[in-house]
Amino acid sequence: MTSKEVLLSLKDVTITFPKGKGVFTAVKDASFDIYKGETFALVGESGSGKTTIGRAIVRINPVAKGSIEFEGKLISEKLGMEETKWVTKSIQMIFQDPATSLNERATVDYIISEGLYNFHMYKDEDDRKAKVLKSLTEVGLLDEHITRYPHEFSGGQRQRIGIARAMAMEPRLIVADEPISALDVSIRAQVLNLMKTLQETKGLTYLFIAHDLSVVRFISDRIAVIHLGRIVELANTEELFKNPLHPYTKSLLSAIPMPDPILESKKVPLFYDGSEHDYSTDLPSFVEISKDHFVWANTKELESYKKILKI
Amino acid sequence: MERKVILSARDVVVKFRVRDRVLTAIRKVSLDLYEGETLAIVGESGSGKTVLTKTFTGMLESNGFISEGKIFFEDQDLVQIKNNKTWEKIRGSKIATVFQDPMSSLNPIRTIGTQITEVIIKHQKKNSKEAREIAIDLMDKVGIPNAADRFNEYPFQYSGGMRQRIVIAIALACRPKILICDEPTTALDVTIQAQILELIKNLQKEFGFTTIYITHDLGVVANVAQRVAVMYAGQIVEYGTSHEIFYSPKHPYTWALLSSLPQLGIKGEKLYSIPGTPPSLFYEVKGDAFAQRNPYAMNIDFEEEPPFFMITESHFAKTWLQDPRAPKVELPSAIRDLHATIVKIYGKEGV
Ligand SMILES: Nc1ncnc2c1ncn2[C@@H]1O[C@H](COP(=O)(O)OP(=O)(O)OP(=O)(O)O)[C@@H](O)[C@H]1O
Ligand SMILES: Nc1ncnc2c1ncn2[C@@H]1O[C@H](COP(=O)(O)OP(=O)(O)OP(=O)(O)O)[C@@H](O)[C@H]1O
Ligand code: SF4
Ligand SMILES: [Mg+2]
Ligand SMILES: [Mg+2]
Repeated sequence: MTSKEVLLSLKDVTITFPKGKGVFTAVKDASFDIYKGETFALVGESGSGKTTIGRAIVRINPVAKGSIEFEGKLISEKLGMEETKWVTKSIQMIFQDPATSLNERATVDYIISEGLYNFHMYKDEDDRKAKVLKSLTEVGLLDEHITRYPHEFSGGQRQRIGIARAMAMEPRLIVADEPISALDVSIRAQVLNLMKTLQETKGLTYLFIAHDLSVVRFISDRIAVIHLGRIVELANTEELFKNPLHPYTKSLLSAIPMPDPILESKKVPLFYDGSEHDYSTDLPSFVEISKDHFVWANTKELESYKKILKI
Repeated sequence: MERKVILSARDVVVKFRVRDRVLTAIRKVSLDLYEGETLAIVGESGSGKTVLTKTFTGMLESNGFISEGKIFFEDQDLVQIKNNKTWEKIRGSKIATVFQDPMSSLNPIRTIGTQITEVIIKHQKKNSKEAREIAIDLMDKVGIPNAADRFNEYPFQYSGGMRQRIVIAIALACRPKILICDEPTTALDVTIQAQILELIKNLQKEFGFTTIYITHDLGVVANVAQRVAVMYAGQIVEYGTSHEIFYSPKHPYTWALLSSLPQLGIKGEKLYSIPGTPPSLFYEVKGDAFAQRNPYAMNIDFEEEPPFFMITESHFAKTWLQDPRAPKVELPSAIRDLHATIVKIYGKEGV
C-alpha cells in the first residue's frame, strides 16, 4: 500500500438481535478502518460475530449503535434509491459455502446477471451478455459454462461462480466470508490466487473473514481478532504474528495446524476462556499500544503488554 | 518391533453403478493397518478416501459394490459378508466411524443422554440405570462439563464442538477396536479442533484402539498420524511414516499437495496450485493417473501403470521416478526443507 485512503470506516458499531423479551448483543463497539486496496482480515471462532459484521456492511443487518461510512458517506442509515443502488453495487459479498449460496435452479448466466438486472446495469442484451462473459473469463471459467446449472460444477468452480457474480457488479469492496473454508487444499490455492490477481488488476479492497490464521497470514495486510462480539486486537499481519498480545490471539496462533510433524509434536495449545482478566474495577478499553497496533486491555494489562513490546 | 496387523485389505476394487454406466472408485488398493497405530489417509477430493474406509464397515451406498479383493479382519474376509446381521456385529461395536457433520449423525429431537444409552444397552447388555452411569462417565471423558446436568439436553443446546464430542462418545460406547474419523474436525474452529484432536489422542492411549484419520488438512495429519497414506484417483500412491511423507516424499502428487499448502504461502507470491483435473473414473486409466498433471512425467507414465517401489522398509511410492532408469529429480524447492521453511515463515519454533 502506498496511499492510506480510508475506504470503509466502522465506529463503535454495536449489533443486536431480539432474544426472548430482551436483546442479544452479537457485536460490541467494533471500530476499524479499511484502507483502499488492502486486504483486511477478521478472524475469530464460530459465533464471534464475523458474519454479522459482514452483513451489516452490506446493509443486511441493521446497526443498533455507532456508524459505518463508505467513501466518506454514512451508509448505516436509511438511504435514498440512488444511494442504495450505489452502495449495493459497490460492496459485494462472497459466501462461505459454495454448496448453498447459489440458486440451484438458475443457470450460471442468470446467477451472474441477477445484480445487473436488479440495477439495470446494462445498455442492451448484448451488453449484458458481454458483461457476464467478461466476469466468467476473469475467474477462469469458460463461455460454454454459461448455460449450466450450479450442481454441474465442482466446489472450486462453484466458488468461482460466486466470485464472478460479485465481480459483474464492478464493486470497490468485497466482503469475502470464509470463501475457502469449504474447499479442498489444492482448490483453496486456486481461489486464493484468483482473489489476489483480481485485487491487483482491479484495485479491489477485501474484507476477508476466516477462522484460520494461517490462511489469513498469507493474504492479508492487517488482521482484527474478534472474540464474543468484541474486537480484542488489531495489527499489521507481521506485527500480529510477531507480537501477539491478547491471550485470545495467542490461543488462536497456538492452534494453527502446521504441516510439520516436528513442530506439531512440540505443540502446546493454549486455551482461552477469559478467566485471566480481572475487569472488576480496572476497566478495559481499545487502545493503540504501539503504532497501528490496538488491543483491548485495562491499565494493568497494558503495563504488562508494554513490557513485552519493550516500550 | 514386531507389529500386529489388525486389518488387511488386498487388491480391493470398488465400483459404482451410475445410471447405465459404471465408475471405478477404488482401483486395486492394498493396505495393512497395525494394531494401536494412527494412520492418516490424505488426498484430493474424490480420490476415494471415504469409499475405501466404508468397505471396512459394509457401508457402501446401494449402487456400490466390491468387485475384487479381500479385506481380512479377525480371521474373516469382510468382502464375503452378505447379510446385515453379520455386519452389525462388526460395525459400531468393532469398527466405528465418526463423520464430519455432527448434526447429521445425531437425532435432533432426542436427548443426548438417550442417544448414548441406547447404544450401550443394545451392545453391552446393561440395564438403563447402568447405561446412564456409563454414559455420564463417557460424556465426562470426552470433556462435557457437568455431564449429569446436560444428560437430558437436546443437540441444539450444545455447541458444534460439544456435539462432535458426543458423536465421539457414542462411537466409543461400544469400545471399538478401530475408530475411523472421516474429516472429524473440518467443520470446527482451529481452537476447538485442537481440543478434539487432543481428546482422541488421550482416549486412544486409554482404550488402545487403532485410528484411521481421513482429512484434507495436512496440519492435522502432522499432529496425529504415525503413518500416512496418500490417495490419488482411486489408488494409494505413496505411504510411509509421517516423517517420511512430510520430509522426504517421493511421489509427484505428494509434492504437489504439500507445495500448495496455504501455510507455506509467501506474501506477495502466488501459491502453488496443481494444474488440470483428475481423470474421469468412468474410463480405464492408462499409465499413471497423475501423468497429465505431473510436470515430471516421462513417456512411460502415459503408457504403463507404475508398481510400488520400496524406499525404506516403511516407505513405498508408486511412481516411475523411483525406477533405477529414471532421471534423478530433486524435491521442489518450496518443500525441500519443510521444517526450516515453516520455522522461518512463522518466526519461531512452534508458533
Ligand atoms: N439473525 C440472527 N438472529 C439471532 N441471532 C443471530 C442472528 N445472526 C447471528 N446471530 C448470533 O450472533 C452471534 C454471531 O454470529 P455470526 O454468524 O456473526 O458468527 P460468526 O463469527 O460468523 O461464526 P461462524 O464462524 O460460525 O460463521 C451468534 O451467537 C449467532 O447465534
Ligand atoms: N454412491 C456413489 N455413487 C457414485 N459415485 C460415487 C458414490 N460414492 C462415491 N462415489 C465416487 O467415488 C469417488 C470417491 O469418492 P469418495 O467419497 O471416496 O472421495 P473422498 O476421497 O472421500 O473425497 P472427499 O475428500 O471430497 O470426501 C468419487 O469420484 C465419487 O464421486
Ligand atoms: S453404534 Fe452401536 S447401535 Fe449404533 S450402529 Fe454401531 S453398533 Fe449399532
Ligand atoms: Mg460466519
Ligand atoms: Mg470423503
